[in-house]
Amino acid sequence: MIPACRLADLPRGEAFRLDIDPPVSVFHTDDGEVFAIDDTCTHQDASLADGWLEGCEVECPLHASKFDLRTGRVDAPPAKLPVRTHEVVIEDGVIYVKVSTDAPNLPPCVASRLAGGPA
Amino acid sequence: MVGASLAGLSAARSLRGQGYDGRLVVIGDEIHRPYDRPPLSKEFLAGTLGEADLVLETDDEELGAEWLLGARATGLDRAERTVRLADGREVRADGIVIATGAAARTLPGSEGLAGVHTLRTLDDARALRAELARGGRLVVIGGGFIGAEVASTAYALGLDVTVVEAAPTPLAGPLGETMGAIVSGLHADHGVRLLCGVGVKGLSGESRVDAVLMEDGRSVPADIVVVGVGARPCVEWLAGCGVELDNGVKCGADGRTSLAGVIAVGDCANWYDPRAGAHRRVEHWTGARERPAAAVATLLAGGAVEPGVPRPPYFWSDQYGVKIQFSGHAAGADSVTIEEGTAQDRDVLAVYRRAGIPVAVLGMNQPRLFVRWRKQLAAAS
Repeated sequence: MIPACRLADLPRGEAFRLDIDPPVSVFHTDDGEVFAIDDTCTHQDASLADGWLEGCEVECPLHASKFDLRTGRVDAPPAKLPVRTHEVVIEDGVIYVKVSTDAPNLPPCVASRLAGGPA
Repeated sequence: MVGASLAGLSAARSLRGQGYDGRLVVIGDEIHRPYDRPPLSKEFLAGTLGEADLVLETDDEELGAEWLLGARATGLDRAERTVRLADGREVRADGIVIATGAAARTLPGSEGLAGVHTLRTLDDARALRAELARGGRLVVIGGGFIGAEVASTAYALGLDVTVVEAAPTPLAGPLGETMGAIVSGLHADHGVRLLCGVGVKGLSGESRVDAVLMEDGRSVPADIVVVGVGARPCVEWLAGCGVELDNGVKCGADGRTSLAGVIAVGDCANWYDPRAGAHRRVEHWTGARERPAAAVATLLAGGAVEPGVPRPPYFWSDQYGVKIQFSGHAAGADSVTIEEGTAQDRDVLAVYRRAGIPVAVLGMNQPRLFVRWRKQLAAAS
């Protein structure tokens, strides 16, 4: 489990980006739920932590793809592949992320950069 | 469904998503299944994305539609409720969605001259990509978004690029004079020539273009010319059928047309904008994706639903590695202020206001702040 931030430091409606590789974002919804998904949009290189959070859905800040925070499913194009979801544990007021062991769906530009260069 | 691009696909998805389980026929004049157009002037043209990457449908998607592709609609019969196709076929329907989009404007007299391109469709992009690969001197006519994106891509491919724009400042229409000048300053930053305030008189060349002739007498040598002078709505096929036309299909705030059971979405549709109190034809990707849901609800309810207020328009552009984002309407603003970043660093977040109220926002490489402002604009309306 990787500690992300204190729950008290993440207001509702905000996101925190965990700078691991690939990065993960933690979202605190307006209803008080906390979800973690891969931070990089599966369409192109954009940080979903910078996106538009509404209910249990985040809209990519660039091209408006929408992802369901609970399942990672694509709710609106241009993205076609889901983002990975990660288990969230909150202990003693700290948000921890259990990073999924599934392969991430990174966009073509990021995937080729990771494959070609140092991680 | 007449039109098989993003607006048509979004309408088909909305129909199924909202419970319509009847027969669904999608008519498209191109032979391709729905594909994504924004990359055509950027990653696809640059060669970093292939055709498979452009496909809009997902692998497991099952819309249960019959696709009539490579079939152009030529007329709509309101009494018979049929759509006529160029090959003589007729499709009868209880409800009709008009999503025929827009076509690139051309330069009169440029027909048949090799080396002259417009960019709207996948086939256009294939042809232009093949020409750019040979290198040479590219002249882009029109400093709007398509022109600027093509210039940026061609510059990155190593071509010698000149952009010519008839107006004194490119992008002044969508972004206003001040910000239009800052964004179009990206050309000079990269050594791409920008000639403004001079119209194009014509093209020279025998079978292949060799120069662009300017109205002030200058001649700009060219091996390839891209004409990016806007688009016109594809609604000629509707002339005289009873659907009211005015800068495209004239629509209510929910996409309803003057004919019951007929809605229009996407670039061809001139929706009433309750915020502006006027009709506005929005040619943005996001409009084609978001608005069909409301229009389809109206169609399925027989016009009995109250239209909501759509989000303020939003579009993006990528030029010379800079992410440009814009939301709202610049035209009504009486001031524009840079709230973050600087013009020199090309990283501005600028807010347009009318009587102190934000009406539009522009970001250059400011995605996080931009989204915050975009949310505020939407909440205020």
